[in-house]
Amino acid sequence: MTPLSSQMSAQPDGGDVDFGVSSGRQLFGKVMTGLVFACVAIAIIPLASILFMVVANGLGGFSPAVFTELPPAAGMSGGGFRNAIVGTLVTCAIGAIISVPFGILTAIYTVEFSQGNWISQFVRFCTNVLSGVPSIIAGLFAYGIVVLLTGGFSAVAGGVALSVLMLPTIIRTSEEGLKSVPKATRLAAVGIGATNFQTVTQIVLPAAMPFIATGVTLAIARAAGETAPLLFTCLFNQYDIKGPWEPTATLSVLIYNFAISPYKNQQQLAWVAALIIVVIILVISIIARIVSYRKVY
Amino acid sequence: MNNHSTSSMIRFRRTIGIGIALTMGMTISACTPKSPDVATPPTGGTGTAPASSPASGGGGGSSLSGAGASFPAPLYQRWFADYNKANPGTQISYQSVGSGAGIEQYLAGTVDFGATDAPLKAEERAKFKAKYSAEPIQVPMTGGSVVFAYNLDGVKDLKLSRAAYCGIVAGKITKWNDPEIAKANAGAKLPDQTIQFVHRSDGSGTTYQFTTHLKAACPVWTAGANKSVSWPVGTGAKGNEGIAAQIQQTPNSIGYVEYAYGKQTSLAMAAIENKSGKLIAPSPEAGAEAFVGEKIPADLALTVADSANPKAYPISGLTWLLLYPQSKDAAKQTALKAVIDWSLTTGKATATELGYVPLDAELTTKVKAELAKVK
Amino acid sequence: MTSPSPSSKEGLLEASTRFNPVRALDQNFRRLTLGLAISVGAILLWIAYSLLIIAIPAIQAFGLGFLVDSTWDPVKNIYGALPHVYGTVLSSLLALIFAVPLGVGVSIFLTENFLQQKILRPIAFIIELLAAVPSVVYGLWGLFVFLPAIKPLLQGLHNFFGWIPFFSTEPGGRQLFGASLVLAIMILPTIIAISRDTLTSLPPKLRQGAYGLGATRWETIVLVLLPAALSGIVGSVMLALGRALGETMALAMLVGNANTVNISWLAPASTLSSLIANQFGEASGLQKSSLFYEALILMVLTLLVNVLAQALVSRFQQVE
Repeated sequence: MTPLSSQMSAQPDGGDVDFGVSSGRQLFGKVMTGLVFACVAIAIIPLASILFMVVANGLGGFSPAVFTELPPAAGMSGGGFRNAIVGTLVTCAIGAIISVPFGILTAIYTVEFSQGNWISQFVRFCTNVLSGVPSIIAGLFAYGIVVLLTGGFSAVAGGVALSVLMLPTIIRTSEEGLKSVPKATRLAAVGIGATNFQTVTQIVLPAAMPFIATGVTLAIARAAGETAPLLFTCLFNQYDIKGPWEPTATLSVLIYNFAISPYKNQQQLAWVAALIIVVIILVISIIARIVSYRKVY
Repeated sequence: MNNHSTSSMIRFRRTIGIGIALTMGMTISACTPKSPDVATPPTGGTGTAPASSPASGGGGGSSLSGAGASFPAPLYQRWFADYNKANPGTQISYQSVGSGAGIEQYLAGTVDFGATDAPLKAEERAKFKAKYSAEPIQVPMTGGSVVFAYNLDGVKDLKLSRAAYCGIVAGKITKWNDPEIAKANAGAKLPDQTIQFVHRSDGSGTTYQFTTHLKAACPVWTAGANKSVSWPVGTGAKGNEGIAAQIQQTPNSIGYVEYAYGKQTSLAMAAIENKSGKLIAPSPEAGAEAFVGEKIPADLALTVADSANPKAYPISGLTWLLLYPQSKDAAKQTALKAVIDWSLTTGKATATELGYVPLDAELTTKVKAELAKVK
Repeated sequence: MTSPSPSSKEGLLEASTRFNPVRALDQNFRRLTLGLAISVGAILLWIAYSLLIIAIPAIQAFGLGFLVDSTWDPVKNIYGALPHVYGTVLSSLLALIFAVPLGVGVSIFLTENFLQQKILRPIAFIIELLAAVPSVVYGLWGLFVFLPAIKPLLQGLHNFFGWIPFFSTEPGGRQLFGASLVLAIMILPTIIAISRDTLTSLPPKLRQGAYGLGATRWETIVLVLLPAALSGIVGSVMLALGRALGETMALAMLVGNANTVNISWLAPASTLSSLIANQFGEASGLQKSSLFYEALILMVLTLLVNVLAQALVSRFQQVE
């Protein structure tokens, strides 16, 4: 009873005043505390297992060859996935080229120009809805507008699908970044005669850059692991790509293909690729964290 | 103000410039890994890497692209890689996107050749004729058998009568110790366990071959024949690889895969009863028997649902390449003809090695005659 | 640009009637951003339109009956979405049943000072990292680690509770229940992250008041904090539900891909997205069209859930 005594006070419901905490209430507390610790244990075991297995199995199969060689054919030993690493980078880059300017300019409108009118409400609503669109639907969308029109699977189609998924994150973090710039800065700029364009591009945007960079890197991190939108857009390729208009291997699709394969060597490479993706995501998250500390305001 | 604004403008532009430079760098790096590869020979393992084609060489080199069926993909990729080693001027990339997509791309004209496990349908031929005002050319490249692979502890040579395998796929036989299975496997310890049937979850030429046979051979099979069907029972897995993997990982399971995949993954394969009542274990030789004595139609679309040959493994089929009778690029057509010719002669050994059924002499002659139409 | 025009001092947004190249640039820049902002909405419509246009033949052929038809027969060219809607909804609900209590429990653990921040911070970081782990990696783990590990458990469920229809079939290598558990693990970080944010953002007055009135720690949590955070927690659950409904890869790898409605959770099943992932490559004609129809259903389903979630979360923010 002693540890709880500090919390003792008069009961709110008047009547039966009890200055101690009854054993029933203590028991309730103990049971609940036990339950919470059980929750943590149950939740941590699978989550820790994922990280552990990815690291253990990934390191177990790791060799420098994974960066320099092509995926092994069925039943072959060795091999790597240099084409998939390149493919993931290219696809993410295309996604970023489309979504970053789009997202930042949209955020500039809602924060700098809209003054909270209905359009900004509408954009916010649409951004939220867009962020809930299942990733496979982004893939079907890109299939419909790129693959069908250009007549082939390509890294560009995959990039378009990823850009749809990256856009909401970029808009949101850009908005937050722009909002973090104090109003006084803008007024000062206007005060010395700057136009909106000058104020935004030369004063506000540079100040909000660390924030925006965080959003962009987080969006890229998410995109790097996406698989479903790439199945029918990038497809896969055994070889190196020579340009953005060819079917393209990506790490995530490689993991999928090799995970459901019956060949031990390919399963092993799936784990290595999983480790590399997780490490990429970890590194990007850490960079994002460091960048966001360098806030101007 | 003027000074200030321009300088920060430059700064802002530079940030964008760096961004663009970075992404350009990524795109360029997509090509660069090639060069070291030419210099250093692959250090084992990448038997299929054709990356060493001299991109700058130019002189008479052809780069062909094809897409389609997944069943022959391991063989095609191996053939094309081997051919590339012997003839560095010709590089052929093959995308295993599935027969349906292969036909679609062939009709759309986005590839140099298509590939399919199910011969072109009349309406697809009509579409091609309407677009290109010529008959499509389809040539069989190799054959294959669809086998029952299984994972059953302690049972080595499973034998399945017609009634047994028909019952399993139709969901009528659900336990391994069913009398219908036990009859043919005297002495085997069949467990009292549920049969875990594994089928394809994606559309596939393998399923087309398999269900074409079931439709012909099994009175209890009512789901018809197609590249994907409505399965009465079982779990779905993607691709021949997916089924093979799932059988490996699931005790008491059975499923159908191409012989080549069963062989490569060392799965146990059941002997099945053919039309003449003989139990035949799958092999390229027994698969080839299925085509013996069959009349070859003019469009080479030979399908054998249930061979009457007593020596034949009954679930066997062909797979085709789809070629254009005419093309703007004569060099490509010539190169393609050379590749096919090579595959059907020198490549035969590879086909057998991987578990495919090479074409017999009669079919090969017909294919070569058909190739003459390609210009 | 040499001399600032006098009107610019009047305010950011006041437009001048006089033509001026600087002002023209300004105006055009504003119009550009406005155009892009509106096109965020246009993209949504475009997505829906691009799905719809390919789905039209299937919509004409099957109408709304598509939703309740359990046939998926490419031979007869008859398609229905019932098995996949059923699989999608059931797997997501099962995942929520497991993930919500765990997630709320963990978020309480992380916010209510049961342990020192030194220990809590790495745990929180790991959970954040796990939210970013791609679903295909969860699928890989599920396939090779989790499903084999819980196989005996599922077999036990069948042996002892086989009389309950939900456990009436022999568990195969891949089935709905195991896949739902992996799904639960996948959405756990989402639930934890948002519930934790909600709990930490509660005004400290609430805690102080409750303690001041003599409530124990747990009475404060259960009677004061959780009710106050309820709409935020429910919002997090809805967002997690949205993610679960649209999840593709892990399910395509684990759920067993059988196009049938089976009352047993231990039987293989399929979901809207897993079906699309599996059959899209080889589908053509009406089958492809039906897959786009399913995608449209999925989009509407997730849209409803997400809009509801946004409404709940914003209601919470207003209360705050």
